[in-house]
Amino acid sequence: MAALPRRIIKETQRLLQEPVPGISAVPDDSNARYFHVIVTGPEDSPFEGGLFKLELFLPEDYPMSAPKVRFITKIYHPNIDRLGRICLDILKDKWSPALQIRTVLLSIQALLSAPNPDDPLANDVAELWKVNEAEAIRNAKEWTRRYAMDN
Amino acid sequence: MNSDDYDDSGNETSGDDVDFGIEVEAGSTREVQSIDDDYPYEVLSTDDIVQHMIDCIKDVNTVVQIPATTTRILLNYFNWDKEKLMERFYDGNQDELFQEAHVINPYKRYTIVAKPKMSRKVLGTEECEICFMVLPPSQMTGLECGHRFCYQCWNEYLTTKIMEEGVGQTIACAAHNCPILVDDQTAMRLLKDPRVRLKYQHLITNSFVECNRLLRWCPSPDCSYAIKVSYVDARPVACRCGHTFCFACGENWHDPVRCSLLKKWIKKCDDDSETSNWIAANTKECPRCNATIEKDGGCNHMVCKNQNCKADFCWVCLGPWEPHGSSWYNCNRYDEDEAKAARDAQERSRSALQRYLFYCNRYMNHMQSLKFEHKLYAAVKDKMEEMQQHNMSWIEVQFLKKAVDILCQCRQTLMYTYVFAYYLRKNNQSVIFEENQKDLERATELLSEYLERDITQENLVDIKQKVQDKYRYCDSRRKCLLVHVHEGYEKDWWEYTD
Repeated sequence: MAALPRRIIKETQRLLQEPVPGISAVPDDSNARYFHVIVTGPEDSPFEGGLFKLELFLPEDYPMSAPKVRFITKIYHPNIDRLGRICLDILKDKWSPALQIRTVLLSIQALLSAPNPDDPLANDVAELWKVNEAEAIRNAKEWTRRYAMDN
Repeated sequence: MNSDDYDDSGNETSGDDVDFGIEVEAGSTREVQSIDDDYPYEVLSTDDIVQHMIDCIKDVNTVVQIPATTTRILLNYFNWDKEKLMERFYDGNQDELFQEAHVINPYKRYTIVAKPKMSRKVLGTEECEICFMVLPPSQMTGLECGHRFCYQCWNEYLTTKIMEEGVGQTIACAAHNCPILVDDQTAMRLLKDPRVRLKYQHLITNSFVECNRLLRWCPSPDCSYAIKVSYVDARPVACRCGHTFCFACGENWHDPVRCSLLKKWIKKCDDDSETSNWIAANTKECPRCNATIEKDGGCNHMVCKNQNCKADFCWVCLGPWEPHGSSWYNCNRYDEDEAKAARDAQERSRSALQRYLFYCNRYMNHMQSLKFEHKLYAAVKDKMEEMQQHNMSWIEVQFLKKAVDILCQCRQTLMYTYVFAYYLRKNNQSVIFEENQKDLERATELLSEYLERDITQENLVDIKQKVQDKYRYCDSRRKCLLVHVHEGYEKDWWEYTD
């Protein structure tokens, strides 16, 4: 395997030295481009109290192309689908090589605080979020309790 | 189309506005060409296009004093419409204009947006936010927005955008959320690989041509010329590669039919809708299980072959077979309204299909023949050489090539007359049109037959007179037809079916 670019080494070091509150990202023992991520559900959101597992992979041409991120823990959210794929502009066309793992994870955490049902990935969830927000939030809390706690 | 500087047509009718018989020598170096006398255009090579782009920028810069690179971005934003740019520049809010076009206002250069990030460790160095290297400022660079990255990262970033994403004119600064566009000079300064530089220039030229109304790439495969006109019109233009096409729509020159109808026709031919038309015209559905059935025998007593259905029914009225008894051919439910409606719908569908096939067959037939005429060019070339060996001069034998040229023109015109005719509603003028079409078709087939077969049996001296007579007649019929259709456009004779 090709040597790890300085950028990835440095970024990993900084992530471990100065971790972001509420987020942990640890590289896999056997693959330094694969990160095990845990994001805590933001306060005052239906995901509060949950611990959400994600996987993050840095592709060959990172940072020229965006990292690949996916939720492993099931989550009830209009911008995250059944497979855990995330609809977030900076992971797609708004990616800039000046962004980092840190900024990406912070954006994902912000997405949990502010779901955007007008740009949905999971259509049924988004629909309910629009027509009956209270019920959608109840569902999200229920899923958080069921899948993102006690693990 | 092919060219000939030897014009022997002494008996041509007038009507220059519909004529593309006056042709330009292929490979001519004349810059301004015209097939129609009154529709001048230029053929531009890739270098010419770049020069034209530079001239446009200069034009604007004689009036507006801003850097050429900024002008280019602004022009691109306005699809290279200089007037529009000037109008906005002088009438509107300039700050807003620059912001919309994603460039820094050159009059406010001192307001640097972002401060370079100084390294915490070593004084007088900067950290590149992409590769995290700590470097002296001389190895860092950026746009007017102030976001600075190292040369290597810039090169890599631009290369990814150009090669992977195919972006040229609209690459934004590498910083997150910074809309400021990378100008061409900066890009060329930062790009190392000649392959990438070439691709970048190609992308820029392409976007220039694509968004400029007065330019159009020659649609011929592998042709790199573009045509430049002074105003957009549905007129024939001939590229230096030999291809003639309609400037307005890019299709082969399609007189007498207009661009919009041709587009509709091509879509119709490409669509599967004709398949469903066929199904509607030639099949019925089983009244019980709705399986689609094609009747392949004469008996009207149908037994559905769907093993789960096996319904017995009458093909004529689609009712159950039982009550028909032995007198099935006098289908006693014939007058029932529902059955009648179904039959009428099928009749309509069937006759629409037949009508379409009628026109489509003739259209395709001329298209096919037109393809074969290229073989004829080769055969005629041999014949011309043979004639030159029999004491005829080069100029004397050119009539043969001219004959094939005219044959091709006639085939092409005929082809598109069928598209026109398909949409045409019958009236007195459409009858005249069809007469013209019939005459032209007959004359064309005679010319074709003569050139393909009879020519070998005649003696060489007789040939010339006969060929010339035939092609002159064809040419005059073709012009006559076109003049009539154009007159109809002017006088609103033509009514169309939907």
